[in-house]
Amino acid sequence: MKKTFRMIDLDCANCAAKMEQAIGKLEGVTAVNISFMTQKMTLEADDERFDEIVAQAVKACKKVEPDCQVVVK
Amino acid sequence: MTRKQKKTLLRILLAAGLLVLVWVLEPDTAWLLPDWLSWLPLAPAAVSQNGAVARYAPGWLTGAAYLIPYAVIGWDVAWRAIRNIKDGQVFDENFLMAVATVGAFGCGEYREGVAVMLFYQVGELFQSVAVSRSRQSIAQLMDIRPDYANVERDGTLVQVDPEEVAVGDIIVIKPGERVPLDGTVTEGTSALDTAALTGESLPRDVEPGQEVVSGCVNLTGVLRVTVSRPYEESTVAKILDLVENSAAKKAKAEHFITKFARYYTPTVVFAALALAVLPPVCKLADDALGLGLLPSLGPGEWMMWVHRALIFLVVSCPCALVISIPLSFFGGIGGASRQGILVKGGNYLEALAQVGIVVFDKTGTLTRGQFAVTQVHPQGMTEEELLTLAALAEQWSNHPIARSIRSAAPENLDWERAAGAEEEAGHGIKAVVDGCSVWVGNDKLMEQAGADWERNPGQEGTVVHVALEGRYAGWIQVSDREKEEAAQAIRELKQAGVRRTVMLTGDIPAVGEALGRKLGLDEIHAGLLPQDKVTWVERLLEEKKPEERLAFVGDGINDAPVLSRADIGVAMGAMGSDAAIEAADVVLMDDDLTKLSAAVRIARKTLAIVRQNIVFALGVKFLVLALSAVGLANMWMAVFADVGVSVIAILNASRMLGKIR
Repeated sequence: MKKTFRMIDLDCANCAAKMEQAIGKLEGVTAVNISFMTQKMTLEADDERFDEIVAQAVKACKKVEPDCQVVVK
Repeated sequence: MTRKQKKTLLRILLAAGLLVLVWVLEPDTAWLLPDWLSWLPLAPAAVSQNGAVARYAPGWLTGAAYLIPYAVIGWDVAWRAIRNIKDGQVFDENFLMAVATVGAFGCGEYREGVAVMLFYQVGELFQSVAVSRSRQSIAQLMDIRPDYANVERDGTLVQVDPEEVAVGDIIVIKPGERVPLDGTVTEGTSALDTAALTGESLPRDVEPGQEVVSGCVNLTGVLRVTVSRPYEESTVAKILDLVENSAAKKAKAEHFITKFARYYTPTVVFAALALAVLPPVCKLADDALGLGLLPSLGPGEWMMWVHRALIFLVVSCPCALVISIPLSFFGGIGGASRQGILVKGGNYLEALAQVGIVVFDKTGTLTRGQFAVTQVHPQGMTEEELLTLAALAEQWSNHPIARSIRSAAPENLDWERAAGAEEEAGHGIKAVVDGCSVWVGNDKLMEQAGADWERNPGQEGTVVHVALEGRYAGWIQVSDREKEEAAQAIRELKQAGVRRTVMLTGDIPAVGEALGRKLGLDEIHAGLLPQDKVTWVERLLEEKKPEERLAFVGDGINDAPVLSRADIGVAMGAMGSDAAIEAADVVLMDDDLTKLSAAVRIARKTLAIVRQNIVFALGVKFLVLALSAVGLANMWMAVFADVGVSVIAILNASRMLGKIR
């Protein structure tokens, strides 16, 4: 499954790169892209564990930049 | 400015004010104070008038005073540094700035410590504003998303979200409104402004039966349109999706920079550590062993080395590069989309800048894809008579050639004049016009008619011979006309640095070569079957120079295999054609070939800016690193090398947002 999330207050381009790296290492993630310019994260991961992976990804983002919010609809 | 940015601005002003205040209270500037405040200075004795014994206030007091502005401006940085270390993110910019400024305090350079933090925040604020500005202006470029659709329900008009409109619904588009969904006009005529999609400023006229494309603006009349596709599949949704996702396909330069940043920061931090520790330790060891190889460690030298190391830390943040490069690519993609050129990713923009070979499909790309009568050579009658005869005989045929002859014939023909048409498959048509037998077709048919026809007269298209009552009446040449701007577009490509232009066509060699020569193409390969085109592209791919890229330009309809085989597949005239948007890497929304050279120019400019930014930012950083290692740089230079460079790089990148012609 592939889904796009909006990110609020993603302030630093280097952080986006770091988040991308961290999420890419999560199990079950096939592809991830964080665009600093569009403030969006596109995550592609296993269908069955998708929600769980999203939660992990959000956590990974928080770790890099605690002020940044991922809008999970 | 967002609220966060405003808050930062306030803090910057406050901290700057406090910094100036504390500075004024320092001994060497305290004379600025009026008399009645003379009790205030931190070191009152230092300015005592008779030059009495200098009695400095204790250093910690000055330090403590400077801590106030420092806390105002830097508390969040320090806090984030601590929090991030806890999370295992050691080398982030917060940490670097915190260490550098705290280090400066440790060295007794309070003023520098606060100022570095202050400038860092100013730079960050500036960056944040500049980035959100360019983000907004790019968003404006893509402001083609329709807000609502007027749907007719139970006889009244209701405004609904375009996503809620079903296929087959009738929508009403008033002048000034954006076309919300793709559909077919059922009522009304109007002119549509397609500029947002194609960059073409000339409005397009529509009338009942014609298709309208979402994203255009209705200019003059009210239109009633039957919706043909749901919103998710509409042109506008596809384009928005494509542009927004283009950031996902990163260019090599972007990958390089993220990789570089990953190694750069830790390397500089360790270099700083080494710089702070190694020289003094070496000197101490030298002294202790009595070797006398190095001058002995002077008083305060530890501090000096630590100070130099701190400068390293300030310079070690890679943000200037990491921000400005995707910004340049994004700006390039945004600027291109405003002209109706959709680039599906930074990597394609990069490839486009390196394009050395451009391969064109002929029909529909270099030519209009519509047949038209280009030459009429009657024998023993007027041109009009010849066309009339041919049109009357061919009136039942649906072949493109027959259609083009009909549209070239005089208007208001009495179609009843012809009868008894007989098609000779592959050769032409026999018919009776005004009671006389008429043959319209190729050489074989002329032979049958027993006419003495002219052999191989035309060179640039299909020739149709006409015989009347067994006598040769002349020939009509039908050909696909080249696009008016094709020759100019090829010239522009050459100017933009394209080395080789190649045309591939399934047409007969004589026709292909005549067109190719006329347009100034370097190579023409005609008489090809669809699979031969792939083979040719593969051969050309082998022949290209290693740093070159090959682009294939087609109409995207039946050349998908070639489009995907080339380094860059460019589809033209894609407005409304899903297949083309899907198959290509670069999509030209309208038929204008000069957009191709515009795309190459935009790509080259983007890459030039990217290169400038990399060289400039790295150059300044390495220069300051080198200078500070030998003690020639100060904190101010370091701050410039960090935030100053970022700001300049961002401003440079935002040049991409301007219009390039």
